[in-house]
Amino acid sequence: MIVPDNNVIVNEVEKLIEKYGSGRENLLPVLQDIQRKFGFISDFAMQEIAHKMNIHPVEVYGVVTFYSFLSTEPKGKYIIRLCKTISCDLAGKDAVANTLQRELGLKFGETSSDRKFTLEYCHCIGMCDQGPAMLINEQVYTKLTPSKVIEIIENLK
Amino acid sequence: MAINAMQNRAPVAQKPHKVEIKADADVGAYIDVEINGKGYTVPFGMTILEACRNNNIHIPSLCYHEDLCLAGACRVCVVEVEGMRTLQASCAYPITNKIKIWTTSERVRKARRHILDLLLSEHYGECYSCVRNNNCELQRLAKEYGVDFYRFGHIKEPRYEVDRSSYAIVRDMDKCVLCKRCVRTCIDLQEVGVLEATRRGYSTLISTFMDKPILDVICINCGQCINRCPTGALRAKDPSDEIWKAIDDPTKHVVIQTAPSIRAAIGEEFGLPPGHSMTGQMVTALRMIGFDRVFDTNFAADLTIMEEGTELLLRLKRKYLFGDPEVKLPQFTSCSPGWIKFIEHYYPEHLDYLSTCKSPQQMFGAIIKTFYAQEMQIDPANIVTVAVMPCTAKKFECNRPEMNASGYKDIDYGLTTRELAQMIKEAGIYLPELPKSYFDEPFGNASGAGLIFGATGGVMEAALRTVYEIVTGREVPFENLDITPCRGMDGVRQGSVILTDVKDEWRFLEGFEVKFMIAHGTSNARKVMEALIHGELDDYHFVEIMACPGGCIGGGGQPIPTSPEIRRKRAEAIYNEDKELPIRKSHENPHIKYIYEKFLVDGPCGHISHKLLHTHYVKRGKFIV
Repeated sequence: MIVPDNNVIVNEVEKLIEKYGSGRENLLPVLQDIQRKFGFISDFAMQEIAHKMNIHPVEVYGVVTFYSFLSTEPKGKYIIRLCKTISCDLAGKDAVANTLQRELGLKFGETSSDRKFTLEYCHCIGMCDQGPAMLINEQVYTKLTPSKVIEIIENLK
Repeated sequence: MAINAMQNRAPVAQKPHKVEIKADADVGAYIDVEINGKGYTVPFGMTILEACRNNNIHIPSLCYHEDLCLAGACRVCVVEVEGMRTLQASCAYPITNKIKIWTTSERVRKARRHILDLLLSEHYGECYSCVRNNNCELQRLAKEYGVDFYRFGHIKEPRYEVDRSSYAIVRDMDKCVLCKRCVRTCIDLQEVGVLEATRRGYSTLISTFMDKPILDVICINCGQCINRCPTGALRAKDPSDEIWKAIDDPTKHVVIQTAPSIRAAIGEEFGLPPGHSMTGQMVTALRMIGFDRVFDTNFAADLTIMEEGTELLLRLKRKYLFGDPEVKLPQFTSCSPGWIKFIEHYYPEHLDYLSTCKSPQQMFGAIIKTFYAQEMQIDPANIVTVAVMPCTAKKFECNRPEMNASGYKDIDYGLTTRELAQMIKEAGIYLPELPKSYFDEPFGNASGAGLIFGATGGVMEAALRTVYEIVTGREVPFENLDITPCRGMDGVRQGSVILTDVKDEWRFLEGFEVKFMIAHGTSNARKVMEALIHGELDDYHFVEIMACPGGCIGGGGQPIPTSPEIRRKRAEAIYNEDKELPIRKSHENPHIKYIYEKFLVDGPCGHISHKLLHTHYVKRGKFIV
């Protein structure tokens, strides 16, 4: 992934602050939009947002690290998040997890060197009746089995 | 003035909860409550914790601190309120109707004990190897609740690395109990914004921006977080081992200087109540420890006043007599190293407003390694200068690369009040029982003006006493030399002095109103700077800023705990001692006269003093790479 130019971030932050307002209560939508656009929130972006919102960079960092779906490091094009909560676990999460690791050649928490895939766990995504479930970016996949996972990954590759 | 109306940057969620008193006849300003079966009348809107403490009912607390806004984070202060399903955090429960409270019921005791057990299960480390042994709030609570085993286990391996990057502050997050006092100190009280809770759940960690070492972020080293940390998670970097080594080395001439506010606070480390001045005893103790010379920083404070006062007069002259548009007024004081780093980070474009004077500590260091070395015929390479300061930022200041005007490191070690008390204890001395003695010559005398540097407003008062007299030849027109507008504990104070019947050389200042402003705590400094940017300080001439609430007496190196009451008492001790001193104006100090005759021969702000006693600042900015 190409690291975005700082000027691009400055312009983007300015645009978002104009859209949402500069009050500290608007921090989250701004962060979400930055995350969506660049795939991560760089330390420069955090400081720029803090500067424009008149808060401290560490406060922005605190919010970014609090939420699993915001990240401070570049991630892959496809972020695969497998639910690790109890219902999915009972429904066979482990087999799915093993298949994912084997197919992608990645461990949980890792990003592939071509920046195509990121594999991580997530907490409950509300699909407890259809587990095991996972998210690929914003798309939900349910009732997973190892063979289904192989098919999904093949389509993405 | 507009300063008060300025927008406040602190988070809304972290503001104290204020309950409006309704104009309701039934409610009124007071309310009857029942605490542990006994009736009390308490002000409407007061929290349960405050109400109980006012009535001598003990409720333990951990995250609550008088100086800080409410957090309700630790739940140690829970109580039972009739009609409530769950226990309530008493620090965050304002009393607004007639309620029945139980503070020590079985349910409450059990809950508190469980909370402590849970805190201890994640608290790595052993008390006897901790700097806060015997002065730790968690330890005290564990004792109070009779914790004699780890019900939920005890962490065996450290989870985090200790951050020793800073010159001033050591962070050991394994001892952190996540009370967020440091966060509230850094963000709300000081508005510096270095520390914040990051991550979530079990991984929650008080950290800096991008988890950088504290040296690399915009920390101003004020140490206020250390003063408020209930455990040993935050502490100052202790140089006492090196100092002991220097003392034990016969080839080294070890010189110590003690700041004005140490004497008013060090007694607290030996169990005395706040507000006891221990000047004489402290000097005796320092000699007993083995320091070769014991000097008073107040002397250097007098020197600072001569330099800073002259600098102010020169600026006034350049602006009002010569009409120089380049002159920056008001002039800001530069004694507080925390404030210096604050302005370097947050207002780097306004550094020209700062006085170029070094702080008294650094001035003294430069004088000791030049003038004193010369007089005593000692090679400055063999002189070790130690400064006892109420301050952790001084540890950073003495390590600034530009602080070597003498050709050597001006001050070798910065020691805090707490660390000095530790050294005194280690030497087997009980301070309060010692006989009194005096500081060493040739800097033995200091004026009361130098002494009051320790309290907020003191530098201003000391400077005015001298400046007024230089210009008019008379004493300041305040009863007993007490310039009362400079005193007190309000965040931002202001006043003015009118110069009348001036000496001929100062003719242009006839009828001139010198307007001054005083602020303490960097959140107030920020207000002043914003006002400066908005042009509201254009008609002001001198501004004193101290980074710590209360000035040096509330410094980050002072004994723990701190509170508004403790700081007020320490300030009182300083003002009382000033009152009793024979010399109360810097320019009347005979040693000051002597040094300007013998050494700094071209006078205040002359060539030699510029080389030795003045400095420059670094534009740091707030962006971190």
